[in-house]
Amino acid sequence: MHMADALLSPTTGIAMWVASGAVLAVASRHVGAREDDRLVPLMGMLGAFVFAAQMINFTIPATGSSGHLCGGLLLAILLGPHAAFVVIASVLTVQALCFADGGLLALGANMFNLGVLPCFVAYPLIYRPLAGAAPSNLRLALAAIVAAMLGLQLGALGVVLQTTLSGISSLPTKTFLILMLPIHLAIGVVEGLATTALLLFLRRTRPDLLGGTAGSPTGAAASIRPLLASLALAALFTGGVLSWFASTQPDGLEWSVAHAAGIEPHAPITPPAPVAWPDVNAGTSLTGVVGGIVTLALVMAVGSALRRRRATTARSTP
Amino acid sequence: MTRLASALDDLRTLDSLASRDTILAHRDPRAKLATTLAFIVTVASFDRYRVGALLPLALYPIALAALGDIPSRLLLRALWLASPFAVLVGIFNPLLDRATMLSLAGVELSAGWVSFTAILLRFALTASAALVLVASTGMQPLCAALTRLGVPRVFTVQLLFLYRYLFVLAGEASRMATARSLRAGDHSRMSPTVYASLLGHLLLRAFERARRVHGAMLARGFDGELRHADSWRWRRSDSLFTAGWGAFFAWVRIVDLPAAIGALLAGAAR
Repeated sequence: MHMADALLSPTTGIAMWVASGAVLAVASRHVGAREDDRLVPLMGMLGAFVFAAQMINFTIPATGSSGHLCGGLLLAILLGPHAAFVVIASVLTVQALCFADGGLLALGANMFNLGVLPCFVAYPLIYRPLAGAAPSNLRLALAAIVAAMLGLQLGALGVVLQTTLSGISSLPTKTFLILMLPIHLAIGVVEGLATTALLLFLRRTRPDLLGGTAGSPTGAAASIRPLLASLALAALFTGGVLSWFASTQPDGLEWSVAHAAGIEPHAPITPPAPVAWPDVNAGTSLTGVVGGIVTLALVMAVGSALRRRRATTARSTP
Repeated sequence: MTRLASALDDLRTLDSLASRDTILAHRDPRAKLATTLAFIVTVASFDRYRVGALLPLALYPIALAALGDIPSRLLLRALWLASPFAVLVGIFNPLLDRATMLSLAGVELSAGWVSFTAILLRFALTASAALVLVASTGMQPLCAALTRLGVPRVFTVQLLFLYRYLFVLAGEASRMATARSLRAGDHSRMSPTVYASLLGHLLLRAFERARRVHGAMLARGFDGELRHADSWRWRRSDSLFTAGWGAFFAWVRIVDLPAAIGALLAGAAR
């Protein structure tokens, strides 16, 4: 599920941006260093495939509800983790820009939940060891389902942590986890089954596509350690810089950092003193509401005036 | 039609809007990108209980949509399609956060409803700003701007390729799904085996198309880099645009305008 701008505080959003941006830089360098120019159209096409796959839904047996492919793990198996991450990052960027899915501030968080976790955690640490070098069909299926499930659980955990650290939603961490994890367990099983179905299909029809791209096990394993280290450093650095900044800034920013630092670990997710309408007072509330309506009317008036002016200039200069 | 299919239709319209000659189309894409990012961070930086203070910020997407001549119907539909997650998570606020915060003519409003309204407003503001950015700039200039701002070329080239073939493969997928449903008769539900084979063939077609595209690119002298002619350069009006909106965001962030207007009116009434 996509994290949304509306639920994210700038601190969390920017920290996730820096972390995912660091991974994107490393992954891009890695892909560039492969010097395989076939990869350019292939990556673009597979990204488009992930989009297109969402247009075909299948019915989950015995439930009647439908599911579709998300594609993170599949891309990692087909392209290797670095190229797969670049593809997923591009898919998420197009979704954020063109479909309002997620959002630009949440892009870093989404790249982390849906890109870094499946490509650099679920794929190398779960799928590869489970699948081994030359897996039987059953073992391949098992590895893909377990990796997809755990990858999506981690992603859901990421969404929950980012949401509660931001403190825009009132959902307590535990309740939110209880809501999100079972849903994503189901989504993970579906994702695993869909990934398996495609892998087995490719194995039957074009085994060369699987063999060539899923190869080079040493390369992938060796390059992940520096990547994780740089990721951790980047996150720590940003966290430090931002909390220093936040300590000089009042309101939501400070509050969410206090939460992130664990100052009030057991406090409910409500800030100590809301500042919008400091006291419940009918008089102040009324002026606030009237002021809000007048502001909105002004904004609308400026908007329609601009439109009208544009229409008249367009007519006068054909 | 699925949600994605109609969203893709809207995207095609959105992107075609960017090629028109509007005032906004003349701004440097970097200026629009930077202003939009500043706008989103400003919106996100407000306290979760502030609704009124956020309202003046609506001027940015509304004014840009007007200047760029972007139909509001298109924007509203895209917002509607994208809203479920923020709404689903936000709707818990009124249930969990019941302290009274606002009372108006005897009606008391809980803090949860206030913060839920704020979430909806934040969603509408940030999402519409991103859509206006694309509709007034277009994907290709945006990718060029990202490259110039130092985003890895591998990534921006990937973005362009993805965007270019998005419509092709999505069209192929929806034709496959339509063909199946026309022939399926009673079996309107897609079984996993049919799904696997359908999607598998789509994947094979994607691979095959990538091979052909690569061949075509090599024939035109592709060396791993995409080149495009950018006519735009940073002008003084771009600096003015960025600085002007930046100052407006800072002003709105510091001064609660609706509260000030409300107080002014109350003073005048008295």
